[in-house]
Formats: sequence, structure tokens, C-alpha cells
Amino acid sequence: MDPTFALIQILNGIQYGLLLFLIASGLTLAFGVLRVINLAHGSFYMVGAYLAFWLTQRTGELWLAIVLGLPLALALGFAIERVMIRFLYERDHLQQVLLTYGLILILNELQSIVFGNEVHGVPAPKALDFSFRLTDTLSYPAYRVAVSIACLAVAATMYGVIQHTRLGMVIRAGSVNREMVEILGFDVRRLSALVFAAGAGLAAFAGMIAAPLSSVYPGLGDQVLIVCFVVVVIGGIGSIKGAFVAALLVGLADTFGKTFAPGLASVAVYALMVATLLWRPQGLFGRNA
Amino acid sequence: MIDDRIAGSPRYRLTRRALLAGGAAAALAGSVPTRFALGQQAKVKLGLMLPYSGTYAALGQNITDAIKLAIAEKGGKLGGREIEYVQVDDESEPAKAPQNANRVVVGEKADFFIGTVHSGVVMAMVKVAREENALLIIPNAGAGAATGQFCAPNIFRTSFSNWQPAFPMGAVAAKRGHKTAAVMAWKYGAGEESVQGFTEGFTKAGGKVVKEFWVPFPDVEFQAQLTELAALKPDALFVFFAGGGAAKFVKDYDGAGLRKSIPLYSTGFLTDGVLKAQGAAAEGLFTTLHYAENLDNPVNKRFRADFQKQTGRAADVYAVQGYDTGQLLIQAMDAVKGDVKAREPMIKAMRAATIDSPRGKFTFSASHNPVQDIYLRTVANGENQFVEVAHKALADPAAGCKMT
Repeated sequence: MDPTFALIQILNGIQYGLLLFLIASGLTLAFGVLRVINLAHGSFYMVGAYLAFWLTQRTGELWLAIVLGLPLALALGFAIERVMIRFLYERDHLQQVLLTYGLILILNELQSIVFGNEVHGVPAPKALDFSFRLTDTLSYPAYRVAVSIACLAVAATMYGVIQHTRLGMVIRAGSVNREMVEILGFDVRRLSALVFAAGAGLAAFAGMIAAPLSSVYPGLGDQVLIVCFVVVVIGGIGSIKGAFVAALLVGLADTFGKTFAPGLASVAVYALMVATLLWRPQGLFGRNA
Repeated sequence: MIDDRIAGSPRYRLTRRALLAGGAAAALAGSVPTRFALGQQAKVKLGLMLPYSGTYAALGQNITDAIKLAIAEKGGKLGGREIEYVQVDDESEPAKAPQNANRVVVGEKADFFIGTVHSGVVMAMVKVAREENALLIIPNAGAGAATGQFCAPNIFRTSFSNWQPAFPMGAVAAKRGHKTAAVMAWKYGAGEESVQGFTEGFTKAGGKVVKEFWVPFPDVEFQAQLTELAALKPDALFVFFAGGGAAKFVKDYDGAGLRKSIPLYSTGFLTDGVLKAQGAAAEGLFTTLHYAENLDNPVNKRFRADFQKQTGRAADVYAVQGYDTGQLLIQAMDAVKGDVKAREPMIKAMRAATIDSPRGKFTFSASHNPVQDIYLRTVANGENQFVEVAHKALADPAAGCKMT
């Protein structure tokens, strides 16, 4: 195997993985802190993509679309938490799954009503509209590099907040023992709304930066959802660090699966999950259940 | 498969009633009783089973709007009868297809069964149409078996077989001086049959397919395969993708800088309906299809203007196929003056029909698939423009069809 070829494939895998991490981190936060299985998490990714399309069309620049769109996505996440999700905290997982599945249907239908069913493209920012030549036949778009850098920056920020701030400490404590945090006098309701909205915002941000790469079309959120669940399960439910490592593993497994065993490419990711769970039933960084 | 004659036997009708009584309660709940207005015939019921949500939602919408446009142009009636539409969303989900098909055919007792887009879903519809002897018209899905191995007198297709637009592309690629080609497609019926068509045409013309890349449907992560393709360096690449996946693939291909080194070819599904999303990345692509936006015939000009006026959207190949489904319905109902019970003469009229389509006039083969010209098109100024006729009056080989 040619080293340049291997290097590019590794880059491909990492880039895919980083994007997955961005989406999966919100999912794992909701799991860990709120004990909620939110199937509609992929819908926030879709919302982000459509916001990027709509606002880029109006403003002409993706940067502006992200700046204007993120608050909208956060507000939507906050509203959904207040109106619906907060009633699910004390319910069993089956009810959570059913209700959030209903939410997927509602959001998909709204998307269809508001934006129609055509496929839309989002132009990449002009400053990043060039490619790096890697080999004589292959180049790597600058925008993909920018997406990877943006994902890394968000991951680093998240790590900083969760490890080194008071808020992060409370979130971590909440994921271990919710009642204790409440007894210590923290407003868990506000914390929950904040965590859920942040997760929604992260997924929406992923959808926004991915829009120029993937185009925008109905049902695009449903496609990423399953893979994100795989990432969360491999990483260990509730663990941000786990989600990060697992997302990179999944990205690489998917990329190299397609290269070495194209017939089994769709299975590679799930095989990785099975292998991990056999070895560590709680996931890579999950606490013993 | 049940023979058509048995389908009409009393014993079979009993099962149908049992089915209705037992399992189709949900279907009944959604059905509307046929009303008899004073002194008028009952309405003719068109059962549309198409994707109204998900990746192919826009296609289902265009087909539906164009069927209605064709009928509205002829006074909004079929064979002198008013029309009632029943629309069911098939979600492009093969798993839900048998249930949905039964709902339309058995539950709603639709006079005409119309659909769909996805090749996997259409096979379930074909099965139900054969069992219930329902008159099925397929406005898009190209599964070869629908007018091949499982062809039937009561099954018609107004679109194409997956093999049909792909086969001429093989000769086109060879003529353009390519000796080797790789292929890449979604691994499901339409992708596999398109690749077969291209490979057959390319091999016949002296080319060699050196590698097949298969992408799980509806996966849209292509970077790994593109990296491998760049290392392989074939003379050309043929692909099958449609809808959102097609939009993404064309952008990725352009972004990877492969367009100059490895020219990209495909059937028209790669660019139809998604050109706006692809933007500059699609300029100059060559595709083969049974339609091009700027075909120079009066029907096409009129249809495009009317469709735009009616819907506010530009017509694409899916709208054309819907429009021709409407035209076939009109001819079928006119031939029997609105009497849907006169099945034999109706099918005879349909088999003999010439459809004056925006794509150019076409007729039906013995297996009930269009015999049509396949055009080479290129993307210029955000439009699929006609270059030349790649294959004149091409008929699907219809392997395994007993009617040929």
C-alpha cells in the first residue's frame, strides 16, 4: 500500500470521524446528564443544514449564516426541551424512544412544508473555495480541512468547559448523581435545559458546516442518527472523551472498511461495535453500569 | 406467482373478502366511499402510491402534479368520468411496500394502481398487481424484472428500465476514446442494473471495466472510494446516484479534483432535478437519458411552460414521466369510454398506444416498456442540453418476459 494513499485515507477517516463527534457529543450529553434517549437528535443536524441553506441564500455567506443560525438552533433546542423533553426525564426509555420518534416525524414534516422537497446546494465560503494538490490525480478541498479544524476547535472548547469550569463540574456531577447536585442547591431544571440546548446546537452546527459538502435534502438527519448512536455506544454512554475516541474509530473503520472489504463496508462499523461491547460491555469509557 | 385467470375465480375473491374483513381495517378507515351524484357515473379512482417524504419526495411530487396536469388539459375527466385521487406515501421503504400496495388495491379498490420511484418498492407493487389483477402503471422505477421476468398484461411502464439509459453510455464512452473504466453505484436494484447496462455497452464497443465500487444505499460518504479511484487511474468513471446522493457525489468529485483526470459519465439521474444544488461542479458533465430539457419539439415546449405555470417549478424527467402516465390513462379510458370493467380492450388499446411525449413520440414494447430514443446530454448553463441521439428507438431486452 502506497504511503500517500494510506495517509489520505487516514485523513478522510479522521475528517468523517470529527464530524460524527460533533453530532454524537450532544447525544451522549443528553444520555449522561438527562438520562434521555433522544432519537430526534439527527433532526437538529437537519435543522442546521436547512438553516445554513436558507441563511446563506439570504446573506450570501456561510459565516453569517452560522452566526445568525446558531442562536435559532439553540432556541429551538431550548423550546423543545421546555415543551416536551423535560416531561420524559422520569419516564422509561421505551416511552422516550416512542415520543422522540414522533418528534422526528413532526420535524421532518415541518421541513417538507417550509422548504419543500427539492435538493439544495450550499456554496462553500469563497475564501475556502480551493484545493490542495496531494498527488498528481488527487486534490483535497480546503473546505474539508476547515471543517476538520472547526470540529477540533469545538471539541477542545468542550473539553475545556467540561474539565475546567464550574459549570462543567456540575454537568459532570449531574451525570454521576443527579439528586446530589439538586440537594447541593443547583437548579437542575435549568441545567437540563442548557445541556439539551447545547447538544442541539452542536448537532445543528455540524449540519451547518457539513451543508456545503453534503447538499441539503429531506431526510438527511435520519442518515447520521444511527451512526451517532453507534459512536455513543462504543464510546460509553455519557462519556464525551469516549465519544471523541469512538467517533474517530468509527470514521477510520468506515473508510478502511470501504477500501479493503467493500462488500462488507456497511458492516465494518457495526462489527467494530460488537467487538467493543464483547470486550467492554459498558463501552470504551463508560462507567460500570 | 398467481396466474391472472385464477385471480378472478370465486375462491380467490373469498380470500380477498376475508382479507378485507380481517386485516384491512386500517385501510378502510382511510377510504372514502364512492359517491353517486344524481344521474352521474361513479368516479374513477386513481390510486397513487409514490414517495411524498424522504430522499425521493420531490420526484413523487413532480410525477403527481404532472399526471394531474395531463388530465386537466383534457377537461379533467377520464373517459367522461370524474376522478377521485387516493394518495399513499410509500416512503421509498421496500419493507412497508406490500402493506401499502394492499391498502391501495384491496382496501381502496382503486381502478388504476400508479407508482412508484424506488425499484425495491415497485417489485412489491408488481407482486400485488399480479395477484389481484390490478392495472399497474409505473411512472418511474426502472427495476428490470417489472417488465422482464414478472411482466404481465396488466403492468405498464411509462418511464424506462434501469438498463435502458445506461447501455448507450457504454458506446458513447468508448467512442470518446476511453479504453478502461471503473464503475461506482449504490448497491441496490437500480444501481446494479445501471452498471450492468453500461458494462454491456462498453464491453461490446471494445472497452474494459476494471473495477466496481459499491456504496451501501443510501450512504453518501464517498471520500474513501474516490481516494482509491484516484490511485487506480482508469480512463473514465461511470456512476449511478440520484437525488441528494447525486448532488453530493458530483460536488465531492469536483472537490477531489478528479474531473479533469478521470472524466465522469452517468445516466441522467445524476443531474436531473439536482442541477441547482450541484452548481458549477456539474458543468460539462455528459449523461444519457430519454429526455433533455431543451428538446426541440412543440409538446416539450408547451409542457414545460404549462408545468412551470401550474407548479412554479421547472419540469424534469420525472414530471415528463408523470405527464405521459396521464396521457396513457386518457387513451386507456377513451378506448373503453370510461368502462373500467372492459379490461381486455383497454389493455389492447394501451399496448397499441403511441404517446406524444415531451421526450418525443414513443410506443410500448411487447413487455409494456417504452421503446424510446436515448439522448446524450451535457450540462451547460445549469441545464441538461441535448447533444445527439445516443441510441435510436431502444427497447429493453426484457429477459425472462413470457409476453415477448
